[in-house]
Amino acid sequence: MEPVVHLRDAVALLGRFPALAGIDLDVRRGEVVLLRGPNGAGKTTVLRVCAGLVPVVRGEAVVLGHDLRRDPRPVRRRVGLLGHATGLFDDLTVADNVAFWGRAYRAGRGDVEAALAAVGLAGRLRDVPVARLSAGQRRRTSLACLLARRPELWLLDEPHAGLDHDARDLLDDLVRRAVAQGATVLMSSHELDRAVALADRTVELAAGTAVGTPAAPAPSADGPAPVAEVGHVA
Amino acid sequence: MWRDATLVAGRDLRVELRSRVTANQVAPFALLVLVLFAFALDPDGPVLERATPGLYWITVLFAAVLAIARSAAIDEADGVRDALRLSALHPSGVFVGKALAVAAELVALELLLGLGVVVLYGAEPAGVGLLAATCACATVAVASTGTLYGALVSGLRVRETLLPLLLLPVLAPVLIAATRAFEAALVGVVADGWPWCGLLAAFAVLYSVAGALAYGTLLEGS
Repeated sequence: MEPVVHLRDAVALLGRFPALAGIDLDVRRGEVVLLRGPNGAGKTTVLRVCAGLVPVVRGEAVVLGHDLRRDPRPVRRRVGLLGHATGLFDDLTVADNVAFWGRAYRAGRGDVEAALAAVGLAGRLRDVPVARLSAGQRRRTSLACLLARRPELWLLDEPHAGLDHDARDLLDDLVRRAVAQGATVLMSSHELDRAVALADRTVELAAGTAVGTPAAPAPSADGPAPVAEVGHVA
Repeated sequence: MWRDATLVAGRDLRVELRSRVTANQVAPFALLVLVLFAFALDPDGPVLERATPGLYWITVLFAAVLAIARSAAIDEADGVRDALRLSALHPSGVFVGKALAVAAELVALELLLGLGVVVLYGAEPAGVGLLAATCACATVAVASTGTLYGALVSGLRVRETLLPLLLLPVLAPVLIAATRAFEAALVGVVADGWPWCGLLAAFAVLYSVAGALAYGTLLEGS
């Protein structure tokens, strides 16, 4: 079966500097893959490459069957990126924000309401301006925006950051439910205990440049996530 | 595209209604400029009467720069630009929506300033058809040009100071044409104003089309 993410010797630049210098990575449909590595290893860049936000200048980059080097736009509409930035408008309420992004992603009103309910923001918080929310509540609002669009590929950059214990449990539960419904997840996290338990597989990234999996092993149903071998650095 | 434009215009206007930046800051600033002009030029003298059309449009342009900067800032918020690129929104729709929202704010400002020049400068409205057509064409021209240049400078650290520096020279033809059309309507022959109004319409069409076509590229490049 064609992988959801297929990177081969992929090189990406941030400005003039190589942020990825020849990564190999395959992610199969329904997998939860954790990107692990120190700060600056390229975890965020890998996620942004897969979202079609950072161009690949060399190598192969195919996500959801589309060649990112040819045209990343068809991919962008099918992925959901939960990054460090929230993408929210401070002056609008929680409901306004989720409704706007939901409509921008062509989601129905039902999807928007379901997303708000799923992250626990359907109550009194829905009419509160985002500017008055805590960092964790903002994160949940961003998660609701992601849920509303029902992405095929979830790209989660430090998704547990800023969340309290209950919200982290909620996030993990939502990820598991999405995977059960056919979604694929590529994530980075420094909350290793929690993230490794959630992941089917871990990919190590080397400092400064990225390395990855030559091929994806079979996902495991139980037990610790297998760690991929460190590969070639271009 | 129009569905996306409506969605984006609604969002920008809702942000404005909640934040009240135009109502509480831009509109008082514009009225203050009108008052200062009246102090600088003797309100009882003929100079102010002759200069009224030009002063009106200079004030509109100054206020428009603030409104445009505010509009551009909405999409500069934390991660919004990436979210727009990831969305299914058509870039042309985003451009048209933002320009529509700016235009709506400008119409409100122009009405307020119109009242201001009647009260402060003693202007007597005449040639209402020409005045309305001039306002409509100039509003579209300023809103579309401003939205385009707002996207052009987005992502730059010096965008707040760079925007007026780039935008005001480009809008000079709008200032000249709108002033001439207003002069014709208020103190001259109305028929002389229509060619200037036609120039404004051509400017508005040119920048609306250019903005709708270029906005996607600017969104990617910022």
